Amino acid sequence: MTCVRPRRGSGAHLLEWPPAMDLLEYQGKQLFARHGIPVPNGLPATTVDDAVAAANQIGYPAAVKAQVQIGGRGKLGGIKIAQNEDEAREYAAAILGMDIKGLIVHELWIEGASQIEAEYYASIVFDRGAKAPLLILSTKGGMDIEQVAEEDPDALARLHVDPLIGFQDFHGRRLAFEAGVDADLVRPVGAFLAKLYDTFVSEEAMLVEVNPLIVTPERSVVALDAKVTLDDNSLFRHPDNAQLRDLSNEDPQERMAKERDLIYVKLDGDIGILGNGAGLVMSTLDVVALAGGAPANFLDAGGGSKAEAITAAVEVILSNPKVKAVLFNIFGGITRCDEVARGLIEAFDQIKPTVPFVVRLDGTNDVEGRELLAEAELPNVYPAKTMNEAAEKVVALARGEVLA
Amino acid sequence: MSVIVDRQTRLCVSGITGREGTFHALNNLRYGTQVVSGVTPGKGGQDVEGIPVFNTFHDAVAETGANTAMIFVPPRFAADSILEAQDAGIATIIAVTEGIPAHDELKVYTHLKRNPNVRLIGPNCPGILSPGKASVGIIPASFFKEGNVGVVSRSGTLTYQIGNELAQRGFGNSSIVGIGGDPVPGSSFVDIIGLFQDDPETELIVMSGEIGGDAEERAAEFIAEHVTKPVVGYIAGFTAPPGKTMGHAGAIVSGSQGGAVAKAEALEAKGVRVGRTPTEVADIAIEILGG
Repeated sequence: MTCVRPRRGSGAHLLEWPPAMDLLEYQGKQLFARHGIPVPNGLPATTVDDAVAAANQIGYPAAVKAQVQIGGRGKLGGIKIAQNEDEAREYAAAILGMDIKGLIVHELWIEGASQIEAEYYASIVFDRGAKAPLLILSTKGGMDIEQVAEEDPDALARLHVDPLIGFQDFHGRRLAFEAGVDADLVRPVGAFLAKLYDTFVSEEAMLVEVNPLIVTPERSVVALDAKVTLDDNSLFRHPDNAQLRDLSNEDPQERMAKERDLIYVKLDGDIGILGNGAGLVMSTLDVVALAGGAPANFLDAGGGSKAEAITAAVEVILSNPKVKAVLFNIFGGITRCDEVARGLIEAFDQIKPTVPFVVRLDGTNDVEGRELLAEAELPNVYPAKTMNEAAEKVVALARGEVLA
Repeated sequence: MSVIVDRQTRLCVSGITGREGTFHALNNLRYGTQVVSGVTPGKGGQDVEGIPVFNTFHDAVAETGANTAMIFVPPRFAADSILEAQDAGIATIIAVTEGIPAHDELKVYTHLKRNPNVRLIGPNCPGILSPGKASVGIIPASFFKEGNVGVVSRSGTLTYQIGNELAQRGFGNSSIVGIGGDPVPGSSFVDIIGLFQDDPETELIVMSGEIGGDAEERAAEFIAEHVTKPVVGYIAGFTAPPGKTMGHAGAIVSGSQGGAVAKAEALEAKGVRVGRTPTEVADIAIEILGG
C-alpha cells in the first residue's frame, strides 16, 4: 500500500480506496501482456550499465522511463528518448536517483520508442458510488487528460458495466462511437477494452488506466503506459502480484509499522497518537488539533490488540524523532484495556521512553487496565478520564508545560 | 421498538466454531439474543454450548427457523457465506468479517440488490445492538441502555465513543447500527436513517461518518426530502491530510471530494447540525431533546 495517493486521470475522485497497491508502469505492462494487451517491447534496469545493455538489445530509438508511482513524470524530465548508446547512458544516469515529486527513481524501464499517430485514453475504475466498474474512453489522451476532463468533459465517453454480466462487445462499440474513434479502429479499440476489462476483473484491480493508448501508423492500438492499482484484500488469490510491492520509496516508520501489521501513517506534527479503530483514531487527530496540537502520526492498533502489538506500536511511534509526547486513546470493544496497559508497561520496560504519555482507557476491562498502570508507577505517564481531557493534557506536555 | 434486530431475531452464526465466532456468539446469547444455530461446513451435528451446528444455512433455517445471519468467517469465505445465507432464505445478514476482496463485495452487493427482501449490514462492521432486546455482533453492549436515540455509524470504536458520550448524559438508544467502512457496504446511511425515521421509539438520529466516498452527502439529500426527525451528524477526519490513506476502507481524501469539511457543509446545508467532537454531538443532542 502506498500512502501518497496521487490524483490520476479523470476518474481521480473515484479512487478513494485504502487497502490498495499501486504497480510501477512496467509491472502493469507485464500484467497487461499476460492478458493479451499489446505493449511495447521493454526491459527493466536498476543501474546505468543495465539500462544501456537493455537499450542496445531493444534497439534505437529507445525510451528511458523513470519508474515511480506518480503521474506527470514526463513533464518533469523522467522520460527521454535515446537515439544511440551515448544518449542512453546519459539519460539513464540523469534519471536514476532523480527526485520526482518527492519520490526517488530507483528503477528504469527501457522500451522501444513507438511511432504515434494519435493518443487515446482508456481506463476502468472501481466506482464505489455507482457500485459498478466504470469504463472511460477518450480520443484526446496524452499528458493533458486532466485538463481535457475539466474543460471538455464530453470528450470522455463513460459507461458502467454490470459486474454480474461483465464486458460485452456492445459496451466497446458504444464507447468507441461515442468517443469519436476513427471508424477503422472501432473494432480494435473494442477488442482492447475487452482485454482491459479482463485484466481489471481477473487481477482484481481497483484501477487500470492507459494514457496514452496510442494509435500506430499501422493502425493498431498499443498501451504506451500502464497505471494499475490492485486490491490488497484480494492478494491472497494472487501470490505473484503480492510480490510486486515497491518498498523502495516507503517512509522508514511506515515500513516498520507494516512489518508489525500496524496501520500507520506519518504526519507532520510532534504528538504521537495510538488508538484502536480507524474512525476513533481519525477523531482523536481532530480533537488534538482542536486543542491546538499537531499529530505526528495516525496509528490504528486494530481490534483485539494484544500486549505485544501495543509494545510494537510504541516502538514505531517513538522511532519518529519529532515526537515530543504520546497520546493513547482506547475505547475497548474487542480490545481489552488491560492488554493495552500490559503492552505499555512492557514498552516502558524495553524502550524506556523519555517523552511523556497520556493514556485514556475506556471500555472492556478499563478498570483493570487503569489499576495496572497505577500500580506500575511508570515515569511520565498521565491518565486522562475523557478524550478531550487527554487531548488537552498531551498538547500541554508537547509544549513542555508541566502538569499539576 | 428498534431496527433490524430485536426479540424476534433468530440468529444463525456462520463460523460459530471458530475462536472469535464462538466468543461473540456466546456474548450475543448471554445478552438475550436468540442464537438458534450456527453453520460450519463439516461440523454439522456438533454444538457450541448447546447451540446446534449445521453443515449448511439451508439445514439451519429448516431446523431452527433462523431469520438472521451473522457472518464471522475469514475474508476468503465470507462472500460465499453471505450468498449461501441469502439462498437459504435469510432476510437479514450481518457481516462482521473485515478484509473481504472488493470485487467479491461488488458481486454480492449487485446480486442482493436484485433481491429486495434481503438486507445486508456490513461487511467490516461491528454489528447491531438494540439495547434490552438483542445484540448481533461485537458492540460492547454493557455501555448502552434502552432509549430514544438511534445511532448509525461507519466506524466501530467511534460508535462506542459517541454512544458513551450520549450515555453519560443519560441518553439511551433505540438501536446502534454499524454499517461498516468498506468499499461496497450492503446498507448505507440512507437505508438506516430511513428505518429510524419509521421507528416510533427513535426521536433523534445520530449519524457518524468519516472522510472518503459520498455516503454522507447522499444522506444529506435524503434527510432533506424524507426525514422529519432531528438528525445530528459527526464526521471524523477534519485534519486528515489530503491523499493520505487512513487504514480504513473508504477513509481517504482524494482532492476535494470526500473531505470532512465538504461533508459537514453538505449536512449543515440541509439543516443537520454537525458536532466537531463526539462531546459536541452529545451537547447538541441535549439541546434538541432536553437534558
